[in-house]
Amino acid sequence: MSARVQNLLLPIAVVVVSTVALLFLAGTNPWDPIRFIIEGSIGWPPFEAGTASKIGDTVMVWVPIALASAGLIVTFNAGMWNIGIEGQIIVGAIAASWAARTISAPRPLLVFLTIVAGAIGGMLWGLLVGVLRTVGGVNEIFGGLGLDFVAVSITTYLIIGPWSRSGVASTSGTDIFPDAALLPSFGGTRLSPLAIVITLAAIGGVWILFRGTLYGLKLKAVGANRPSAFLMGIPTNRFLLGAFMICGALAGIAGTSQATGFHFKLIPAISGNYGFLAILVVLLARFRAFWVIPISFFFAMIAVGASQLDLRLDLSSTLGGVLQGTLVLSAMLGLGWAAYRARKHADAADSAAQDAAT
Amino acid sequence: MSGFLTALGEMFDTATIASIVAGASGLLFATMGETISEKAGVINLSVDGSMMLAALAGFVAAFHTGNVWIGFPAAAAVGVAAALVVAFGNIKLSLNQVAIGFVLFALCTALSRFLGSGYVGRQPVAVPAWDIPALSSIPFFGPVLFSHNLIVYLSMVTVLVTYWFIYRTRAGLALQGVGERPEAAHSRGIPVNKLRYLYTAIGGALIGVGGAAFTLDVKVGWSDRPTLNFGWIVLAIVIFGGWHPLRAAFGVLLFGALQAFALNLQPEFPTFSQVLPSIPFPAMILALVVVNWKTLLDWLDRYPWLRSILRSDPPTAIGTRFEVS
Repeated sequence: MSARVQNLLLPIAVVVVSTVALLFLAGTNPWDPIRFIIEGSIGWPPFEAGTASKIGDTVMVWVPIALASAGLIVTFNAGMWNIGIEGQIIVGAIAASWAARTISAPRPLLVFLTIVAGAIGGMLWGLLVGVLRTVGGVNEIFGGLGLDFVAVSITTYLIIGPWSRSGVASTSGTDIFPDAALLPSFGGTRLSPLAIVITLAAIGGVWILFRGTLYGLKLKAVGANRPSAFLMGIPTNRFLLGAFMICGALAGIAGTSQATGFHFKLIPAISGNYGFLAILVVLLARFRAFWVIPISFFFAMIAVGASQLDLRLDLSSTLGGVLQGTLVLSAMLGLGWAAYRARKHADAADSAAQDAAT
Repeated sequence: MSGFLTALGEMFDTATIASIVAGASGLLFATMGETISEKAGVINLSVDGSMMLAALAGFVAAFHTGNVWIGFPAAAAVGVAAALVVAFGNIKLSLNQVAIGFVLFALCTALSRFLGSGYVGRQPVAVPAWDIPALSSIPFFGPVLFSHNLIVYLSMVTVLVTYWFIYRTRAGLALQGVGERPEAAHSRGIPVNKLRYLYTAIGGALIGVGGAAFTLDVKVGWSDRPTLNFGWIVLAIVIFGGWHPLRAAFGVLLFGALQAFALNLQPEFPTFSQVLPSIPFPAMILALVVVNWKTLLDWLDRYPWLRSILRSDPPTAIGTRFEVS
């Protein structure tokens, strides 16, 4: 069996075995939850008539995960751990909500403006992580993490403070946005063709960035070896800031989609943790843009489908998170183990060759 | 304004201070654990998840045996297991510490929610209160320090022992060497990676005990994600504390005071009090900015006494891998 196939099969086998074991522990047969996850996300049998609304939900969960993943590929290639992605999604959603609440314009223009506002909001929040990193010397993991929580606080503050629903102060969210601000959707579902187009364009753009542009090549050089990239004349700090801005903008659009395309208002948990989920997606996709499309769709299916489990099977809907986590952890350890074996193998061959030479 | 001042005044109440100390045990254990781990060079980014899973393990063990003291070793075991995965992934498989820690955070959080869903609302045995005879009747210090339970006393002792061990023993010097200059430590015959395994595991055990302190003492019982975000707070406080056990412990108490203050403000300033508990995060960022601010550092260097209070440098080799070449 080729190493490539082995690398792929091992994690899948681990996931299947551990999931089955876990489900037996929880006292259900393993097939039911899997079927209900598929049924709850795309219908069973898949794509049957009458499942349009479910599929719409799944696609609109896929959109933010995939957008954030596309952004993360840029920062990862620049060698940055953008844990601040959650905050960038949230601030994007806040900025889009601000546009949706305050600007009055005809629908196409207003939708365009909310997306631009979201992108700028996310971009600025990403830039802040980058500036803290390049100017302040603050590690991007901790700077980003801190800004995530600051963003959550701002959201909570807005929802119970200045943007609280007329009459009642509650943490359930703001008022629903005016119709003209909502992402145009498809026949009574949440499914928005515009969001799909933007997402695919973003993934395509990131793919092209690292396949055929000098900027992408330089970014990779910065990520691979910052000192030597700097010595080669690449302004490394500017490239790092650029990576954070691109990622932030995409995350901001993801936040816009959450606010104006899914919840239709600003809620405290507006990010849906999709930023963190996107980190898992990108780790599993091993930083390759194309693989983001199917993997994030799979993750979206699990996220949407699993929410039905407690109704249908009296099984905690958090099973979805367990599946995602197990999958990524076993893939990571499996790949790490394969690489370790390969290194040992190469070392052994090396010393054998040396022995033969002496 | 008067409401604000009243709320501030209530903070200096003996009962309030005692409750801050009582509520700090979980965070103190976990913060000491993470400090030890990072001092040895390993960032255990899984804290938020592994602490929660350990909290569940402690709860379940205590719930089914009816013995609260079985809960703590069970929680420690889960913490050790998670920490060892991070150490193994980094040291043996050369995976990024942050990557493996993050994935583990996600998995442990999800597992604790999934496995714990049947335990929501159940009440286990709680750590029994135990006033230390004689000492607890000292005015002020008695109620603040000596009228709690064994776990709270143990958390205070852990802080002192961690400080003493890292800065006052030979083994502690080796621990610092492993995190600061692994090559140098190696050339002096110190088994760098073995010690990293050891101290990450010890750190994990303390993180686990910290989790159990929440479910068996601070806020007895299991709810969905009972320690939500406390792990991230721990990471923030370790940095805010400049990787120093005593300063980190001070940070934990400061955070406890902040929470109590937010609670006091709740009636009059509901919005403000919602936002207040997230102050550790901007504080962490500020601490990191200050740590790297060259002008300030140069200025501090002229005043040695101030420098020793304010300056804090991360362990030089933090987050990196060491390989014998």
